[in-house]
Amino acid sequence: MLVAIYALWWRDVLRFVRSRSRVVGSVLVADVGYLQFLVPGIAGMTMLFTASVSGLAILSDREEGFLKEILVAPVDRKAVVLGRTAGGATVALLQSVLLIGASIPLGFRPQEWWALPAAIPLLALLAVTFIGFGLALASRFGDSQGFSLVVQFALFPLFFLSGALYPLSNLPGPVQYLGYLNPLTYGVDALRAVLVGSSTYPLALDVGALSLSAVAMVLLGAALFERTEAV
Amino acid sequence: MNAIRVRGLTKRFDGPTAGEIEVAGFDRRADPGRVRESIGIVFQEPALDERLTGRENLRFHAMLYGLYGAEGRKRVSEVLGLVDLEAKSDVPVGEYSGGMKRRLEIARGLVHRPDVLFLDEPTLGLDARTRRRTREYLRDLNAETGVTVVLTTHEMDEADRLCDRIAICDRGSVVALDSPEQLKRRVGGGFVAVTVGEGGGHGALATRLADESWVESVERVSEGSGDRTLQVGIDHTERGDRRVPAVVAAATEVGVPVTAIDVREPTLETVFLALTGSTIAERESTDDTARGSDSDDGLQSVTESDSRTDMETVQGTETGSIETGPTRTDSPESGATKTEGRSR
Repeated sequence: MLVAIYALWWRDVLRFVRSRSRVVGSVLVADVGYLQFLVPGIAGMTMLFTASVSGLAILSDREEGFLKEILVAPVDRKAVVLGRTAGGATVALLQSVLLIGASIPLGFRPQEWWALPAAIPLLALLAVTFIGFGLALASRFGDSQGFSLVVQFALFPLFFLSGALYPLSNLPGPVQYLGYLNPLTYGVDALRAVLVGSSTYPLALDVGALSLSAVAMVLLGAALFERTEAV
Repeated sequence: MNAIRVRGLTKRFDGPTAGEIEVAGFDRRADPGRVRESIGIVFQEPALDERLTGRENLRFHAMLYGLYGAEGRKRVSEVLGLVDLEAKSDVPVGEYSGGMKRRLEIARGLVHRPDVLFLDEPTLGLDARTRRRTREYLRDLNAETGVTVVLTTHEMDEADRLCDRIAICDRGSVVALDSPEQLKRRVGGGFVAVTVGEGGGHGALATRLADESWVESVERVSEGSGDRTLQVGIDHTERGDRRVPAVVAAATEVGVPVTAIDVREPTLETVFLALTGSTIAERESTDDTARGSDSDDGLQSVTESDSRTDMETVQGTETGSIETGPTRTDSPESGATKTEGRSR
């Protein structure tokens, strides 16, 4: 079981290292202006997109036929979910750490030296949340046709309604409430608290909401994935 | 009768409609984990990670089956050697040719030392040379490692040359399971095709021949030269070539000039057609409900149109399922017999 989880993790990391464009792409960042505000938001966004796509990768595995190779092995599906989560989280973490690191020469200043290591558990919780989300979505779609739909109708709204680019309080009332249901809102807020020392909500609330969403999403993803068929 | 459904291994599967499935002595329902450990599968379409190298694909597989560290590495090198892929083992699979991918998959199927290796149309879509080499690999593997090989094919010739036992499937049921020799014997001892001159006289000759005890059937067939040929089926206790003089003598007796004689060995194709009998048109009327578009264009369409959704080894209209082996000596009842969907 552990070896199988390791195998799945190893494959994800290998694939990440192989596709250098992804590594480079993650380093390209925007504007210096409101960098202190923006960098935690962009780090959260990286987690949202990378982790969801990693969960959704079972769609491309299915299309390439590779999913069969995994599902006929004498490996419990829980191990498949755990391995995929570990692999996806590692890749997403590497990307956002690279991103935060690259923003420092551009003028971003973490509040303390320990800010970066402290951000890692928060990033990990975000990763687990959105991998679970991706897995759950992928289990509902038969092919990668659903992929662009997901990106447009789920990921972008989640991103814009998270306070990553501008404070949620700038949004009209009802839309604000949608933002409160978004795990990324708490993730970005917690990252701001840790990285730059300012946040909208208490850190404890952020961490609580994030932990809850991580557990809920990964369980949902695993439950739906359990029921997927290989072919 | 129920057939093995390899589909049951990948899909959630409610169980057979009848009978039991045992693979290498393990019950499919009671012991699915052991069944998975004791089989290797080569899918019809490549199931490889193209970004990883050949060796990495195999190591991934080895780890899924609990082989890791030095032992896993050693085993991966061994199977790479078995299919002559050492030289290309550190190149990403995306750069492999079709034949190399197929060989890599065969190697992968063997990494965890399965008792039974299943292959779904292993030579489909390969060029003639690669097809031939793939067959040679399979034959050698069977001889050297003793693994029981179960494969499906549409090519009767391939089945005939490669396999010890052949199951012929028709619309989901095994209609015959036997050695190639026995199967051929079932449909008789071959044919003598006799072509008569333009004067005709088929009727008289046919009636005359039908009286002979060694004649099993007489059929008028149309071949190149119009319909002047009679195909005489020879009883399975007899051989066609030995009866040529008697056919000629009979023709002389009824005064019909013979212009050509052709002796035909029964082929597996003959066997297949004889055993799966009905015409495509008949199938279309009865089959649609059961398997959708399967029978749309006869012989070839079936496994191809199915390949994305399932890979039953034996099931499927007109899919021939073939076994090589059994060569394992450690069990009194051979692995190959056990892998059959037992028909009760």
